Amino acid sequence: MSELWQLDATEIARAIKAGESSATEVVEAHIARIEALEPEIHAFITPTPDLARRQANAVDAAKARGETLGPLAGVPIALKDVLCTDGVRTTAGSKILENYIPPYDATIVTMLRRAGMPFLGKTNQDEFAMGSSTENSAFGVTHNPWDLARVPGGSSGGSAAAVAAGLGPVSLGTDTGGSIRQPAALCGVVGVKPTYGRVSRYGLIAFASSLDQIGPFGRTVRDAAAVLQLISGYDPMDSTSARAPVPDYVASIDHGVEGLRVGVVREGMGEGTQPGVKARVDEAAARFAGMGCSVDEVSLPSFDIALSAYYLIAPAECSSNLARYDGVRYGFRVEDAKDVVDMNTRSRGRFGDEVKRRIMLGTYALSAGYYDAYYGKAQKVRTLVIRDFEEAYKRFDFLICPTTPTTAFKIGEKADDPLAMYLSDLFTIPSNLAGAAAISLPCGLGEDELPVGIQVLGPPLSEELLFRAAYALEQSLEPLPRPPVWESP
Amino acid sequence: MRLTREEVMHVARLARLAFTDEEVDKFGAQLSAILDHAARVSEVAADDVPPTSHALPLVNVFRDDVVGDCLPQEKALSTAPDVEDGRFKVPRIIEGA
Repeated sequence: MSELWQLDATEIARAIKAGESSATEVVEAHIARIEALEPEIHAFITPTPDLARRQANAVDAAKARGETLGPLAGVPIALKDVLCTDGVRTTAGSKILENYIPPYDATIVTMLRRAGMPFLGKTNQDEFAMGSSTENSAFGVTHNPWDLARVPGGSSGGSAAAVAAGLGPVSLGTDTGGSIRQPAALCGVVGVKPTYGRVSRYGLIAFASSLDQIGPFGRTVRDAAAVLQLISGYDPMDSTSARAPVPDYVASIDHGVEGLRVGVVREGMGEGTQPGVKARVDEAAARFAGMGCSVDEVSLPSFDIALSAYYLIAPAECSSNLARYDGVRYGFRVEDAKDVVDMNTRSRGRFGDEVKRRIMLGTYALSAGYYDAYYGKAQKVRTLVIRDFEEAYKRFDFLICPTTPTTAFKIGEKADDPLAMYLSDLFTIPSNLAGAAAISLPCGLGEDELPVGIQVLGPPLSEELLFRAAYALEQSLEPLPRPPVWESP
Repeated sequence: MRLTREEVMHVARLARLAFTDEEVDKFGAQLSAILDHAARVSEVAADDVPPTSHALPLVNVFRDDVVGDCLPQEKALSTAPDVEDGRFKVPRIIEGA
């Protein structure tokens, strides 16, 4: 018999509906697990056990009244700390929002409340989602459950580590350049970057508005699909949200991949990618071939230059978005400012170094005399990235590529070299620039016996197909071993 | 390329950020390295390639001009560092006012 915290979201939902467990029992098991492991993992900035208990109690009461429960009622979830939660501190990993208590819920938070999913807490992240390791959090680093001396990836590192360590069955993160998929790969879990516009961004603390997207983490492809199902759809509060209907991702997940055309991205399999990572991706390609897919190599020439474009576009949008932290309406304000400019400037001193770096970079790239050379050219590269994908999808139904060039790196290893850190997002950034969908799932162990993530990539609104492909691969592979912390305590 | 100290301080003023002398040197070197990498965009972006500012081809998304629900004033002000008479309060902006 598994412990309740070891169950997947789908199993928990079934057990609650069948009356085998109560939502309260499930939540208590996770709260105890969090209390035991948080000193080692530090996945959360703000755990919310009392809120989770109240929400679980409401689910149990609804069931006792004979009400029909939603598909994931009673399944606890952890939320990245960039998602606004009415009455619950939301820091975005920043000292500037250390005491910020939002007066409203993000649209997806409202959806999860209605779905009866208890909130375990707000998870750790790089400050304002800028980073690839959680080392840029103002509230301490999260430790990878596979090796506590290593990073969990980022920026949604807390959400990935929580799911990997059994602190929650599912969680939400955000992905601007890989911030869901990269930590999912490094922690050995499933992470979904949905199509831009698929999920409402209302109430998501903005980093780069043309790239940001909310998505789920789970230990199985099915769980991730079930969560995305709940949070997808048009929202009048987000003018960029898609009006496209939401397919039933879970219902079609086991429809198989026979006859589909799979492209292996050549640029992901070069010298910069670890041999162990390439070997796992080659094996995955062979599995797809074994399931009746045609598999061939494809080149996306702009893959490499996309990184350069991203590190102009994202900072440009960030410098504009983060102008709102001026000490007037919310966030930190210094005492005794002599005038309003002094107040703005000294209050913004609370930003961490990486955030300051990106604001500076973006301000420079947008400033008079440099706009055409940097931001304007980066926008042209964005067009090239989209064209490369369009060409590829004339020949292939979906693409596969390593999620990251390497397995999890050591805490501190890249902390003083921003450019080296940026390179860990090389394979995830193109999907954001194109507004397209991608899923990262574990495909075995690589260097240092650490998890390797593989991406399945598709055009915008291809989530249904990508879940089918990811599920088929997941079922065909040996299950990933659990991280060492799985059995303790 | 190498950003000068003056350029770094100019951009910092535009962004309302303040740096110590040491930070100006550190950020200047890091930003120069990142910009060197980023400048490669000009090598591939030909003149005939149109720019993409956004992945979705959306133009002017409007809603009907009707009054909907909004945050009550006290809730909207609840997160402000300083408030007076139902308004955000800031230090002096105009000299001699």
